[in-house]
Amino acid sequence: MSQVLLEARQVCKHFGGVKALSDVSLTIHAGEIYGLIGPNGAGKTTFFNCLTGLYVPDGGGFELAGKPLQADAPQKAAALGIARTFQNIRLFAQMTALENVMVGRHVRTRAGVIGAILRNRATREEEAAIRRRAEELLHYVGIADRACDLARNLSYGDQRRLEIARALATEPKLLCLDEPAAGMNGAETEALKVLIEGIRRDGTTVLLIEHDMKLVMGLCDRLAVLDYGQKISENVPAVVQKDRRVIEAYLGEVPEDA
Amino acid sequence: MDTFLQQLINGLVQGSIYALVALGYTMVYGIMGLINFAHGEVVMIGTMVAITVIGMLTNLGVPVGLAAVLALLAAMLVCMALGWSLERIAYRPLRHAPRLTPLITAIGMSIVLQNLAMIIWSRNYLIFPRIIEKTSHEIGGAYFSNVQVLIVLLAVASMAGLLLLIYRTRLGMAMRAASQNPQVARLMGVNVDRVIAAAFIIGSAMGALAGFMVGSYYEVAHYQMGFMLGLKAFTAAVLGGIGNLAGAMAGGLLLGIIEALGAGYIGDLTGGFLGSHYQDIFAFVVLIVVLMFRPSGLFGEQTGERA
Amino acid sequence: MKHPFLHALLRLPRHSGVLAVSGSLLLLALPIVAMWGGQAWVRILDFAILYVFLALGLNIVVGFAGLLDLGYIAFYAVGAYTYALLASPHLGLHLPFWVILPCGAMLACLFGVLLGAPTLRLRGDYLAIVTLGFGEIIRIFLNNLNAPLNITNGAQGINLIDPIAIGAFKLSGRTDIWVYSLNGPQKYYYLLLLLCTGVVVINFRLQHSRIGRAWQAIREDEIAARAVGINTRNMKLLAFAMGASFGGVAGGVYSAMQGFISPESFALNESIMVLAMVVLGGMGHIPGVILGAVLLAVLPEALRFGVVPVQQVLFGKVLVDPESLRMLIFGLALVLVMRFRPAGLWPSPERQRELAEAKS
Repeated sequence: MSQVLLEARQVCKHFGGVKALSDVSLTIHAGEIYGLIGPNGAGKTTFFNCLTGLYVPDGGGFELAGKPLQADAPQKAAALGIARTFQNIRLFAQMTALENVMVGRHVRTRAGVIGAILRNRATREEEAAIRRRAEELLHYVGIADRACDLARNLSYGDQRRLEIARALATEPKLLCLDEPAAGMNGAETEALKVLIEGIRRDGTTVLLIEHDMKLVMGLCDRLAVLDYGQKISENVPAVVQKDRRVIEAYLGEVPEDA
Repeated sequence: MDTFLQQLINGLVQGSIYALVALGYTMVYGIMGLINFAHGEVVMIGTMVAITVIGMLTNLGVPVGLAAVLALLAAMLVCMALGWSLERIAYRPLRHAPRLTPLITAIGMSIVLQNLAMIIWSRNYLIFPRIIEKTSHEIGGAYFSNVQVLIVLLAVASMAGLLLLIYRTRLGMAMRAASQNPQVARLMGVNVDRVIAAAFIIGSAMGALAGFMVGSYYEVAHYQMGFMLGLKAFTAAVLGGIGNLAGAMAGGLLLGIIEALGAGYIGDLTGGFLGSHYQDIFAFVVLIVVLMFRPSGLFGEQTGERA
Repeated sequence: MKHPFLHALLRLPRHSGVLAVSGSLLLLALPIVAMWGGQAWVRILDFAILYVFLALGLNIVVGFAGLLDLGYIAFYAVGAYTYALLASPHLGLHLPFWVILPCGAMLACLFGVLLGAPTLRLRGDYLAIVTLGFGEIIRIFLNNLNAPLNITNGAQGINLIDPIAIGAFKLSGRTDIWVYSLNGPQKYYYLLLLLCTGVVVINFRLQHSRIGRAWQAIREDEIAARAVGINTRNMKLLAFAMGASFGGVAGGVYSAMQGFISPESFALNESIMVLAMVVLGGMGHIPGVILGAVLLAVLPEALRFGVVPVQQVLFGKVLVDPESLRMLIFGLALVLVMRFRPAGLWPSPERQRELAEAKS
């Protein structure tokens, strides 16, 4: 592992009196699949929301590829190269699968009102490129045959894939997946694993929140474990798995002789 | 004459009327997220019915005080029936329709009621009969009448009654539950249909009372009077944080006072450039300014976004 | 499908050319045909098209970006008064229309941005009431800005507004073309038709563009839209400003066409009417919006002609004041259409499908 892609420094976030995140620091290297796990309510999604600009952290901050990440709004995070999916899928339900991915190209394209009205050559070419790229991405995640279906009519697994395609359309440096395998059956999860590995192989770093331990352990290069808003462990899966504090966090107090 | 005190008194009276009407908007909005545009018209019909009933009864020789009480009751009954039928006929079938659909229906109902009133009560200004002998009193250089005192007292009493209903009865609890989350309330055994109907009925009764007050305060009525009144009252509801009962009351009073003070001082403030006919803009200017700085109204809950 | 014939006609590509040509011919011939019924009918046509123009402008705001604007007519008023002030004896200015119309559009746009910038982050219904309040503020100012400095001439309004003219060719009065003599309303019809075609094209192209997709995305899920990098605030502001500019242009043409304007023409009722056109026709669906605008513009007029004779036939005399009866019927029509076609008379195919699914 070489270059540092994302550096989180002592990120804090509280809601009223509840400390959702306290001093969470972690480092993600370029080309990694990095897992973020922890019991329910540990602060994983809050961390995502801070990273992707939906929340503004109360303390600490992020550095993306050595530059401070000043994303106080999600659209800025997306423009800087951080894309995400949502725990409870958020697609544009009344748009087709293809259109959903085309919307993902928004941040990397330029055509404005004048272009849209005049339909000049540059705009037409850009539009064609958007469509082409969107079709490629649908093919890439394996749902090319559903391109013209409304997003809401896709199966659950396909909706997850579509959300990933939409996120990839923004050309992220870092792709953040929030429980992508939730609600999937074994075969779907297996296919998802192949997809995520492919995404990494093609050069995108992946940050993954997931509850499916088999998937996490088999997929991630490194893991961080959150509990009550604090990072209690960070290492390769084999080590994390044996970490006493992690086991306690998941199973409660473990007897000495266990 | 003390302008400040005088306008404060006028504003308080006007504000209690706004507050009563605002309650109707806020209850319905709190539970079903609908701006019931026709509510102003319900208020107007309350005034009209009261005029008709007082006229009929006094012609029959009933003493004017008794006639007024009966007229108020009649107006409330008519408006409650009207509110109930509005909900039943116009809005209930649209519970699951796209968001703007019920709004257009409400606008349609408002047009229907206004023109119905014009057909029944003509397009002329009607005189609201004088119920009690008006007496004027002085306090610190400002004047107030017994009618004004009565209006404020009646408004305070009915609002207190409403708060008791909402916070001390089963129906009130069901209404609060439904306004928090209709789906969950339904699962908990709350009959949401009944709650919504109740919101319309209670709101309309308050509206009828407000209509009666407006009539006896200004002593005229007109088929278009409900429109601006409704608009201001809705503004008051938003000002106080829509869906929030106490907020609607506070918003109403605040709006009445701001308007009265604004009308009293605008001439001085702008060096005579703008006069008191700009009274109507205060409501909206205040509204825009408040919403800019507190998007959920003065007393509304700040709800964060959830991912 | 309820009308298989019509549907087939609209879908089949080999008929679309024929349809377009015959449709255009019909639109071109309409004011000449309507003249048989009297000039009043031509004026009704003018207003129908003006409303189509307005409704399509508002459609960008409400239908595309999903922002509920209840004060749209304020921008129309800004355009109308800009024209009236710059081309009438009131201030003694007589600038040409090609200077004023863009001025009006820009001024309306500016007002749109000034109003939109601070308020667009508000929840939908709050935005509705703020825009409504703005509409009232504008109207009250128009009504009262006659003293101490007479700017708008108050409730009397502004009279003797210049017609639109290119050199010596004026759009008011008669012009002989070969054997036919076109009157003012007919000429304005053609101007409005031209403008309207423009706005239809703009609507259509915007809808199927990067911008249009972004608007739809915001309408569907604002948080997801921001997460893929759409600057939702700017996009909403863009829709708001564009809608306002179209309102400004429409107002200018209205001013010139009528030759007289007063604050009365810009009351809240008008905003509501235009919004009703958009929703009744089928929000966001361009043919639906056009249908809604034409229907609502013509229906009250048609009722005006129908209400009195029908009463005379039924009761032998006029029982009910025709003005209120026609508004009553208009209100009922709104309620009934919403009851039985909640997505509008002619919603987009996706909306139709969605409703059908919800029912089954």
